[in-house]
Amino acid sequence: MNSVHSRLSLYLLFTPFLLWLALLIIIPHIFMFLVSISVKTGVREYVTGLGNYMVFFTEPLYWNTFARTAFMSVSATFLTLLIGFPVAYYIAKLTRGRTKTTLFLMCLIPFWVSELVRTFGWMILLRETGIFSSFLQYIGLASEPIEFLYNDAAIMVGLVYTSMLFMVVPLVTTLDSLDDSLIEAGYDLGGNGITVLREIIIPHAMPGIVSGCIVVFMLSLGNYLTPILLGGKDSLWFTGLIYDQFITRFNWELGSAFGFLLLLLSSTIVWAGLKLSGQSLTNTVGR
Amino acid sequence: MKKILTSGIALLAAGVMGATSAQAETLRLLTWGGYAPENVIELFEAETGHTVEVTKSNNEEMVAKLRATNGGGFDLAQPSQDRIAGAQAEFDIYKPIDLSKIDESLFIPSMLEATKGNTTYNGEIYGVPHVWGTSGLIVNKAEASGVTDYLDLCDDSVAGKVSYRLKRPTLIGFAFSMGLDPFAAYNDEEAYKDILAKVEEKLIECKPNVKTYWGGGDEIKNLLRSGEVVAAMAWDTGGWSLNADNPDITFVAPESGALGWIDTFVLPKRGRADEAAYAWINFVMQPEIAAMITNSAGNFTASQGGDEGVEDALKARYQESFPPEAVDNIKWYPTVPANLETLEGAVLDRVKAAN
Repeated sequence: MNSVHSRLSLYLLFTPFLLWLALLIIIPHIFMFLVSISVKTGVREYVTGLGNYMVFFTEPLYWNTFARTAFMSVSATFLTLLIGFPVAYYIAKLTRGRTKTTLFLMCLIPFWVSELVRTFGWMILLRETGIFSSFLQYIGLASEPIEFLYNDAAIMVGLVYTSMLFMVVPLVTTLDSLDDSLIEAGYDLGGNGITVLREIIIPHAMPGIVSGCIVVFMLSLGNYLTPILLGGKDSLWFTGLIYDQFITRFNWELGSAFGFLLLLLSSTIVWAGLKLSGQSLTNTVGR
Repeated sequence: MKKILTSGIALLAAGVMGATSAQAETLRLLTWGGYAPENVIELFEAETGHTVEVTKSNNEEMVAKLRATNGGGFDLAQPSQDRIAGAQAEFDIYKPIDLSKIDESLFIPSMLEATKGNTTYNGEIYGVPHVWGTSGLIVNKAEASGVTDYLDLCDDSVAGKVSYRLKRPTLIGFAFSMGLDPFAAYNDEEAYKDILAKVEEKLIECKPNVKTYWGGGDEIKNLLRSGEVVAAMAWDTGGWSLNADNPDITFVAPESGALGWIDTFVLPKRGRADEAAYAWINFVMQPEIAAMITNSAGNFTASQGGDEGVEDALKARYQESFPPEAVDNIKWYPTVPANLETLEGAVLDRVKAAN
């Protein structure tokens, strides 16, 4: 009787998760896959085939856009790590008590407003009549307005800013668990700052680094707003292509195929990253 | 027994309520910003008892939304007339209009007939006209007085201070400006491909001149107002509303002709409140209501006599932008044949990717 009860409660606890998984992830993906393998041959006429996937491989534009998106996402991830690591180290190791909480909160505060608002904030700062441009003219470093917006650097700034929190949080957690005495021991044994970082801190923080990188990479790759708004006329981004196919071209078949390719290729890149760093999913995200 | 009785009463009550709500319906309207102003909705609700829920959208989104639900979720939609027959052929998302329920005397006859013709599919009429307007050029005359046609946007004198959309009106406008006639080639795929190839080359050549490709109406207005952009391809209303703030900026009908569009009323296939939809059409086409909509949206309507109650300032701006010969030169969009947009999409993608 008791075991029946506990099993029942287990099922009940499990139901929301199963419903979420089935209704929001598995079923839509099955439908999207079915759409992606139907090739349009005429008005209201479709045949089953892989034609939509072939379009991706035969038209260099789509390939290039994907490669560009992947490359820029990897760069953004790397930059976020470079900036986020010292921040996380400072928060985790060099501050205590209230200061720590305050600093952590300051990382969090920008995320209280939506991504759209944050991106518009950057547009106000970077545009030709914006704050940076006006300030440079005011202090005499520039003689005429400078346009900072609508280029790849602006996209990069937006991406790094948007995903900073998702790098800092896992890093702070792993660095917190590193015993200070290990670092002291490293110095006592004659190591300098660089060897201690390389031999003690980074190996210990590796799961945090990898899980932060995975999240940031996925967020950048799937980002739509930031590249479109900050990138202007050169903002080729794969998610933008998918949106165009679905909404402005009414070509759901090609859009679905692109969606699947994005899922496939991003999974491949994450898998390759895990292999290269010698980590596993259970060891990083699953902790 | 008691239980059955109460549930029976509940059912009965629900039936009665259902019957009353069939008279006072909720009209779910899928439209453009400004086409259903608050004051008009209040008057309509007071007069008919129906309630109105407005969703603001644009052409592509309207078709995409209706396609996603198989023509459900809305009771009345307002796509442009060139997006009706083609979309109906492809996706079957509209239902034919019952003209006997519409007071045709409220419409400007020529515009009503043109829209009927353009929205006919398989012998059935799917749309009636509501608001019309044009796209052309918005020019800051103090800084870019030389811009009088689409091709002038590629001139060195305005380098880096130009903006347009990367959408089909740009392709069409540039084609006309280059002396080609894309509308005549609509049904000849080879000829149309030739035209697109020439336009593609021109747009790629012109790309260094462009500051950014704009996406939304507010974006281009901000760019023009701040002076970051001095000439753009955009809608007439955008130019007129900027003119109210800065007399240097206004809408200019290009030499090769402004591109004319008519936004219509169509019934989505699975719309539930047809009575309210017809009531809304007949209500907003009354001259005094149509004038209220023109004052809110900035565009004139297909309502007979609807231009009389319009604010004088708006009339003056309209007459300045459109001398009579420019009105005659408006190129009205014919129905887009299915499949054309795939060709155009590929061109737009390549222009965007070009360096």
